[in-house]
Amino acid sequence: MNFSLSEEQVALRDTLIKFIERDYSFDDRWSIIRSAEGWSRTRWNQLAEIGAMALPIAEQDGGLGGSAVDTMVVMEQLGRGLVIEPYLGCVVLPAALLTRGASDIERAGLLERIASGETLVAFAHTDAGAGHERAQTHTHARRANGGFMLTGKKIAVLGGDCADTLLVSACVDGAPKASLFLVQPDSATTKRYAYPMQDAQRGGDIEFVNAPATLVGEQDNAQHAIDYALDAACAALCAEAVGVMTELHKATVEYLKTRKQFGRPIGMNQALQHRAVDMMMHLEMSRSMAMEAALAVANENADLRAKAISAAKTLVGQASRFVGQSAVQLHGGIGVTHELNVSHYFKRLTMINATFGDTDWHLARYGDLMKAA
Amino acid sequence: MDLSYSDEQIAFAQDVREFARANLDPRVAKKVLEGARLDREDYLGWHRALHKKGWVGVGWPKQFGGTGWDSTYQHIFDEVTADEGAPQLIPFGLRMVAPVIMAFGNKTQQDFYLPKILSGEHWWCQGYSEPGSGSDLASLKTKAERASDKSGDHYIVNGQKTWTTLGQFADWIFCLVRTSSEGRPQEGISFLLIDMKTPGITVRPIIMLDQEHEVNEVWFDNVKVPVENLVGEENKGWTYAKFLLSHERTGIAGVGRCKRIVKRLHHVAKQSTSNGKPLIEDTRFRDRLAQVEIELRALEITLLRVLDAEREKRAPGPEASLLKIKGSEIQQTLTELTMMAAGPAALPYVREGEGGGADAAWLSNDAYRYASGTYFNFRKTTIYGGSNEIQRNIITQMVLGL
Repeated sequence: MNFSLSEEQVALRDTLIKFIERDYSFDDRWSIIRSAEGWSRTRWNQLAEIGAMALPIAEQDGGLGGSAVDTMVVMEQLGRGLVIEPYLGCVVLPAALLTRGASDIERAGLLERIASGETLVAFAHTDAGAGHERAQTHTHARRANGGFMLTGKKIAVLGGDCADTLLVSACVDGAPKASLFLVQPDSATTKRYAYPMQDAQRGGDIEFVNAPATLVGEQDNAQHAIDYALDAACAALCAEAVGVMTELHKATVEYLKTRKQFGRPIGMNQALQHRAVDMMMHLEMSRSMAMEAALAVANENADLRAKAISAAKTLVGQASRFVGQSAVQLHGGIGVTHELNVSHYFKRLTMINATFGDTDWHLARYGDLMKAA
Repeated sequence: MDLSYSDEQIAFAQDVREFARANLDPRVAKKVLEGARLDREDYLGWHRALHKKGWVGVGWPKQFGGTGWDSTYQHIFDEVTADEGAPQLIPFGLRMVAPVIMAFGNKTQQDFYLPKILSGEHWWCQGYSEPGSGSDLASLKTKAERASDKSGDHYIVNGQKTWTTLGQFADWIFCLVRTSSEGRPQEGISFLLIDMKTPGITVRPIIMLDQEHEVNEVWFDNVKVPVENLVGEENKGWTYAKFLLSHERTGIAGVGRCKRIVKRLHHVAKQSTSNGKPLIEDTRFRDRLAQVEIELRALEITLLRVLDAEREKRAPGPEASLLKIKGSEIQQTLTELTMMAAGPAALPYVREGEGGGADAAWLSNDAYRYASGTYFNFRKTTIYGGSNEIQRNIITQMVLGL
């Protein structure tokens, strides 16, 4: 058993810590949020130079062949810095999806362009009104002119505002099982509605009306790749949440020491002390589960992988709720202002919970797998 | 013992409902039901309609132009109007400063201020908290010094108030100011009524985490306030402040509003899906909804008990803290459940009339448009009006004697 990061992982972590310290202060982040695009291509390219984009992509596909533990290292730091750029949506997700769901020929070139940071690929999966479920079956594909045409609506697509290419899940001719397609956005048949998310990350809703689409992988057989990719994304989200919680806990303990009421620091009050302790306990439990989730991504047994990922997403989700709400409460009035970073961390944690299955959804999935085992 | 309404009370509820349906602007009701932000006129339109009917002074005695309703009637009114989507009556005038003026103000003050609060001519805001004085309110530093010139005797006010809710709309502010630094901090505080148009007052917006402008900083730079605007005695303001806060706490419970959100949640939970089934069939979600509904019923009965027991007294006792704690927790649970029901539709940031937000017509379910924003906004409820930690301290000391 070994809980240590490798030398390379430590170096990667330190590089990212420096990147956040130097180029991603809260003020830097503000100006990025307020820019027209709402995220920074300069920062994106810096992340690519660090190697973050190439990390989750196999060497034969033009990447660095990193593991999900490497992704965990990256995501934790991106969480600490509340980084806006769509790393999860346009790197972690499409890399996992193409690796498992596309043939060598189909992914040739595309993964290489993701690895270099040159191309942004988003995964449009969540159907409008269908909740968190993994098998989204409301977007339809039908055969036409030797290819396919897609019709449907996808919502809350991470990076859906800026992606150059879309990977889209859809069911062919009423089949119950999903297939995967490549679609070029911004045409008469594919419209996107870009918006900021609640946490200032960007995304979009995308509407397809007979949109020409290219099948990726085997028809009707994409669900296993989708599940794998969403599990990899959930593991990454757990790591990001740990980064966010680390910062929130630190800021809260600091505030308890410095804010004075009734002539003494508010941290002298036992009720608040214990709440801060409980926050720390949630954080450490989450850190453990984020590790387990990262290691589980590579598990070839899909049920064991799913169980570990859902366990982590459940526990980290519950912890995020407690740590986020407590950080705001213990900061009092200043905690609910837009001006202080605490509310921004809190909102990110809340949105992580609403992404790719909330605590209830993952607890149910864990229970189903537990029962079946 | 009987927890049901009498025939007379049921008939009253029906009257209130018919009045609301005839007089409430449907556009405003829609905004309220969806959780959209209201503007000044949205609040005032409803306020004026009630005033015309003689129903705006809900908790006021008849001698001051109030309805004279007992606590059960007040509760029925609150519940039915909330259910119909009526905006909350802004409490700062009606429920906060008015009871203080009735109890401690002089005849001249009562005759001048109270009718204007009823008519909606004066919108009031609250000048209590300061940057360094939140939970420890008595440490407040905004200073009022006596001075006189040829225009008469007045106070010169200097300092800063914060978290002033809807201060951007207000005509008047009631302020706690320091008039003496002798003795305990509580002993040098006075209660002043200040016209917001007085030179030297600056209102600066504070943007909240839901990115809305709801609260403000109010700065006082040599603001001249006539001595006639002092309520009661100088340096006795702390007594009036506490009297006011206990009134605030009963109002904060928000039972009517909670019942409305529950009803709406039932509605959306039938329409939304989870794993291919209506959300209401999801046992985890349904249990959460059932749980909060049970707690809300317990809160409602407790509220009625507290109000009934205090009918003969001048002010609610420390039990009001219990209502504030539980009411705010239930409100937060309900907004959280609404956000959970939204699922991935909770992610987009939607704002009306702005190109930056998602196209509302496009979103999967309009019911969820404000779900996340409302959840974020409601984090304030366990902080304002005396944080829930402070409320627990009050119960610890005043009720349990620990």
